[in-house]
Amino acid sequence: MSNKKNYGMVIDTRVCVGCSACVYACKQENNVPEGYCRDWVVQESGGEYPKLTMENRSERCQHCENAPCVTYCPTRASHYAEDGTVQINRSLCTGCKACMAACPYDARYVHPEGYVDKCSLCKHRIEQGLETACVSICPTGSLNLVDFNNMDEKTKELLKGKIVYRQKEHAGTEPSLQWISASNKPGA
Amino acid sequence: AQAFSGAGSSVGDEGSKVVYSFCEHCFWRCGIAAHVRDGKVYKITGSDHHPLSQGKLCPRGTGGTGLLYDPDRLAYPLIRETKGGKQFYRKASWDEAITLVAEKLYGIKEQYGPGALAMLHHGYGVSFFKNMFSQIGVNKYAKPSYDLCCGPARQATVLTYGYPSDTPEGFDMKNSKYMVFFGTHFGENMHNTAVQEISEGIRNGAKIVVFDPRFSTLAGKAQHWLPIKPATDIAMMQGLMHVLISENLYDKAFVEAHTVGFGELWDSVKDMTPEKVSAITDIPADAIRTVAREYAFHAPAAFVHSGRRTNWYGDALQRIRAIHILNALVGNFKMPGGVVAFQKFPLVQPPPTHEHPAYEKEVHSKYPFFPDDEPSNTIASHEIVQQAISGEVKGLLIYGVNLPETMTLGRDKAIEAMKKAEFVVAVDVLPSEVTGYADVVLPECTYLERYDDLDNGRAFRTPFVALRQPAVPPMYDSKPGNQIAKMITEKWGIHGAFPPSVEKGLDKKLKLVGSSLAEIKKKGVLVMPETDLYRKPGEPLNLKTPSGKVELASARLKAGGFDAVPKYTAHPEPPTGFYRMLTGRKPMLTFGRTANNRFLGDLATAKENEVWVNNRIAEKHSLENGEYVHLKNQDGVVSEFPVKVKVTQRIRTDAVYMVHGFGHTSAKLTWAHKRGASHNQLISRTEIDPAMGAVGFQNNFVTFIKEA
Repeated sequence: MSNKKNYGMVIDTRVCVGCSACVYACKQENNVPEGYCRDWVVQESGGEYPKLTMENRSERCQHCENAPCVTYCPTRASHYAEDGTVQINRSLCTGCKACMAACPYDARYVHPEGYVDKCSLCKHRIEQGLETACVSICPTGSLNLVDFNNMDEKTKELLKGKIVYRQKEHAGTEPSLQWISASNKPGA
Repeated sequence: AQAFSGAGSSVGDEGSKVVYSFCEHCFWRCGIAAHVRDGKVYKITGSDHHPLSQGKLCPRGTGGTGLLYDPDRLAYPLIRETKGGKQFYRKASWDEAITLVAEKLYGIKEQYGPGALAMLHHGYGVSFFKNMFSQIGVNKYAKPSYDLCCGPARQATVLTYGYPSDTPEGFDMKNSKYMVFFGTHFGENMHNTAVQEISEGIRNGAKIVVFDPRFSTLAGKAQHWLPIKPATDIAMMQGLMHVLISENLYDKAFVEAHTVGFGELWDSVKDMTPEKVSAITDIPADAIRTVAREYAFHAPAAFVHSGRRTNWYGDALQRIRAIHILNALVGNFKMPGGVVAFQKFPLVQPPPTHEHPAYEKEVHSKYPFFPDDEPSNTIASHEIVQQAISGEVKGLLIYGVNLPETMTLGRDKAIEAMKKAEFVVAVDVLPSEVTGYADVVLPECTYLERYDDLDNGRAFRTPFVALRQPAVPPMYDSKPGNQIAKMITEKWGIHGAFPPSVEKGLDKKLKLVGSSLAEIKKKGVLVMPETDLYRKPGEPLNLKTPSGKVELASARLKAGGFDAVPKYTAHPEPPTGFYRMLTGRKPMLTFGRTANNRFLGDLATAKENEVWVNNRIAEKHSLENGEYVHLKNQDGVVSEFPVKVKVTQRIRTDAVYMVHGFGHTSAKLTWAHKRGASHNQLISRTEIDPAMGAVGFQNNFVTFIKEA
């Protein structure tokens, strides 16, 4: 057990159907303005007819451990929080977009009020012992909030023997989102 | 380890409250938690207490706020008037509108008899209008969704097992090891509980098989996606039966003990070899053998799902019968991971307080296997449309059905029916197309602003009864259906047909089961312990079929002049250059219910529908991905609005696909107007199931007209 938290997510794309419940739940929970979202859904298909493949994924800020947005933020508005997440201090943000240029995951947008905004991993909920809005709503159970410093048995079991990947690992950002690949065979 | 609590809780909002109710965005009726602050619903999550949501919710449920705060909502009663040859709607008071509706409906009943009045309905508030009509002997009701969607599955289950299928459908999905689907789109259909259970099945290692001309989201999760030629499913099912029987893979003990008609079944499929079926369905014979063998290997924890929108070609009753025969052959009835019968909460109905004409068992439909025990449908919806056209029905009450965009008999017939009727009253929330054809429009408040009847109409592992209660008071000058129906009834001089208040009526019903309105309001639901779904070895089934057994061959169907066992028949083929028009839905939308929902429409994927075209076909017609085209059907009907082309490998070359519920013509739906193209408009050919009267509409074919 570590007293220091390191929150992230394990996203099981085997079950995700791309319904976007996570997106709408986030928009309501965080009062995200019309035309913007903090998380989004990707449906990727490949192969040649009739041997086609598909992966559905809910994506968002990856709360990197070596986050370019933090490195390149000139005002220290983007910063690491105690719990391992990456947060934005709105009062320090000038909306210069350096973080947006630096982020390999295109996870940020400029809020109409002038500051840069993104997924907070529902910090206000986690602090009260609640799951994020997206994890709470997800009908498939694809989304899992995980403290990687204190991983529970259920998450360990979920990851065991599976093809698991992180996005753009070559960028060296050490992202805190892990994806269980849709290419896993049944019962893997 | 983490200890996070569930979804229903609200976070740190001073003065906020959570109201538990159930959703109205689709028929599944999940439990919701409406989070209210400063008199506004700011968030809707899944109820932790309701068995069908278990804290989870689909996008549409969340999107209730988009309906509640839709700026286009009907705000006050409207009466149509004609002046100088021009028709317009004027604002009316409730008393004036109710007086007119009461007089017109009663006048028609007096002049022509109660059979000249009919109601088309969709939605849970309708119970009050049924009670209203019952007071004057009117019993002609139809829910179009029954004919288009679940009706054939219900009646096929009655004929095979002796009981009706239900919602959620009776499959033990989370415990299954092998799930076979024919063109049903779970994941695009966000049937919350079903999607939860399929996901659990996948996590537990279940294999999925999907027969579908389109690579659906569910096909994307399948071990075998079999792009079957459209309209040949029954042949495929017969081929699977052939393999199961000829290779001795079926459950002989179950078939001998618990079924009738095996000999007749074998006679009907003995020629349907995988090779013959392959030639019909365009699926390799080896694949047919593989699926049949794997299915038998995993049985009884294996099933073929009956689907939801089941009526495609007018032979859906037989198609779903074939599915149930495939289930019976592997003996999965009441077995873990197989076919199960969920139970409903035994709510006691109080005796009627008011005598009304004795018509309880009367069915108006001419179709021999139309149900006689389905209180929401006493006739098929297209029969009402036809009767309005022929003049037999003079007065129509249309509750929550946007008839011009509903696939009863296509758009033109729907409009003709409303024009021919002497009097049409529409009860609705939004100014959808139907309200433009009504003589009187009565604005109902949304489901978030009203009480409705208790819901014990859903069967599940833990039987339950759920409450719909208002999260906020009605906005504008809208009223709940329970008040509208009561006002009309009282205008007729009939008093005492409704309880003094809807709350008192609900409380009385709940007292009969030892609860109260005050108690159920807390969690929105009363839940019974989990029921035992599985049969014991040697246990008799005691089914309510004529034979008391599972009917592989149905003597009832035979006596009615229909095939006792399902047989494949060929359906029309697309003319050269045309493609069969297939349909479905997007996960965040429920057709008319969500078409004008700005909150749900905000995502790029929700803004319009696309026509999916195979890449080879796109090349042939010189279509680019993302370009807009008009569609023209086999009868020369051209889509009013253009639709975006999606060039994809995810569909066969003989079909196209478009989501239903777009292309709205009503300019009063300021969000939905002109978004995408109407699928419904392109339906000019329908096939009615001769046995039970449901409507099939997939024998419509379209081609492309490029923008000039």
